[in-house]
Amino acid sequence: MKRPPRPQARTSEASPTLSRRTFLKGAGGVAASGVLAREALANAEPSGPPRADAEVLEGPVEVEFALNGVATKVTVEPRTTLLNALRVHLETPHTGAKEVCDRGTCGACTVLLDDEPIYACMTLAVRAHGRSVRTVEGLASGDELTAVQREMVASDGMMCGFCTPGFVMSMTACLEKNPDATEQELREACRGNLCRCGTYPHVFEAGMRVARGGAR
Amino acid sequence: MRGFKLFRPATLDEAVALLPGGRGPAEPHDARPLAGGQDLLTELKDHLVEPDALVDLTGLHELEALEVGDALRIGALCKVAALEHQPTLRAHWTVLAEAAASVASPQIRSQATVGGNLCQRPRCWYYRNEAAPCIKKGGSECFAESGMNKYNAILGGGPSYIVHPSDLAPALVCLDATVTVSGARGPRSLPLEEFFTLPTEGSIVRENVLKANELLLSLDVPSLGAGWTSTYLKARERGSYDFALASCALAVKLEGERIAAARLVLGGVAPIPWRCPDAEAFLAGKPNTPETWAAAAALATKGAEPLEHNGYKVHLAQGLVQKALRRLAGQEPTHAGGAR
Repeated sequence: MKRPPRPQARTSEASPTLSRRTFLKGAGGVAASGVLAREALANAEPSGPPRADAEVLEGPVEVEFALNGVATKVTVEPRTTLLNALRVHLETPHTGAKEVCDRGTCGACTVLLDDEPIYACMTLAVRAHGRSVRTVEGLASGDELTAVQREMVASDGMMCGFCTPGFVMSMTACLEKNPDATEQELREACRGNLCRCGTYPHVFEAGMRVARGGAR
Repeated sequence: MRGFKLFRPATLDEAVALLPGGRGPAEPHDARPLAGGQDLLTELKDHLVEPDALVDLTGLHELEALEVGDALRIGALCKVAALEHQPTLRAHWTVLAEAAASVASPQIRSQATVGGNLCQRPRCWYYRNEAAPCIKKGGSECFAESGMNKYNAILGGGPSYIVHPSDLAPALVCLDATVTVSGARGPRSLPLEEFFTLPTEGSIVRENVLKANELLLSLDVPSLGAGWTSTYLKARERGSYDFALASCALAVKLEGERIAAARLVLGGVAPIPWRCPDAEAFLAGKPNTPETWAAAAALATKGAEPLEHNGYKVHLAQGLVQKALRRLAGQEPTHAGGAR
């Protein structure tokens, strides 16, 4: 998946442009991609003396990331969480990741950052800059569900459904890394997801059908 | 709405200069270091801290390293998840790998850093309640002392009765880790055991020797040496994902039927990772029997002064010590993640 190039940060007043040094460091740091580094070189401003001060983000900042594979921009404050950026600030809000506890304990906001499950409520949106973010909206192709989604439906793996996107993302990440995951491994992967309706047996039944089937 | 800045320093010097008391920038601000953010963001959301700036450390890539050789070097920004998956680490520093695997949830371990785990703030619900002006927030009283103290300290408490919430801390103290911290005057190293401070030892509103303008940089962990094995057991109220009610980091060196040497540190029972020197001294040279384990467990909690609602922690900790000794005697199968 191609990631968007690192954009310039905007600040409301006296906006400092990113220096060549910061720009390159950032681009190299967020994406271990030679292509991206070359793009950064080509786009970088002419070299000058190194800046004495650290880069600072203040006021509205433009964050660019690959959201479900699509280059996406969102303007947020640096204190905005990724969850709020997705649900509230995007031009097309993505509300698949749910805000429930907002304290990193329930897992309803689980999304994949560079394919690793994270709590979007516990991650600043600026941390997603230049990276890949995957949400439950990005799983299906048109009407065709992924195996995890299909089996969640087939196993009746939900009641109220609020926790469901989080479980689906945690299980998706687990099964992408390990298509032969055991039920114990699936349960380990979902330790950070809470279902207060208590649908765990059906959730893991769904996961195990995918793991055994191996078709995703 | 308050102003808010996110600084993104590219060097350690830049980062330290931005912290309180640093050399820049010119305008005054109350800045806090931000690593994985898995604790700090909850503190911000609950208004326990209200800095006008964060100093994002993630540009300091030199602090991400995990070097596994004859010894371990762990950068402060190394992710907790990296410790649970490294095979050599799992084999030779088992107590640390098991402690890492027991931390929170996969979502948190993928973001949380080792430095942040060691520097996380207490979980005491009085501390976490914005409306409670407790002694850890600069007030005059520890509400847990005579309040709902089920989760509080049985050892080393007073005038605050928090417990240290880190799982990595007992494991790393058990392994005799050395910590390097950096401040305005340059880096310094000290035993990790001396990094953590009791409420009576350092600032009551902190849990360690770090000053507001200092950063934890790295940890050096020696090899346990030949003949040693280690394990981490953790008891939680909620099996899936929780802080420790009590935990036990244990390393032993076995010689035949005897325990030649042992290192034992309890978690979740004191404001610091609680080393048990009396139990360690007792175990040296003793036969590896259930009687020895029970006597060592009793010594581990020597001096415990339970509060009204946490007397169970004495028995829980003693049980974990015996179970850990039994496990390292080869009489119980090991599994990742500690006690369930």
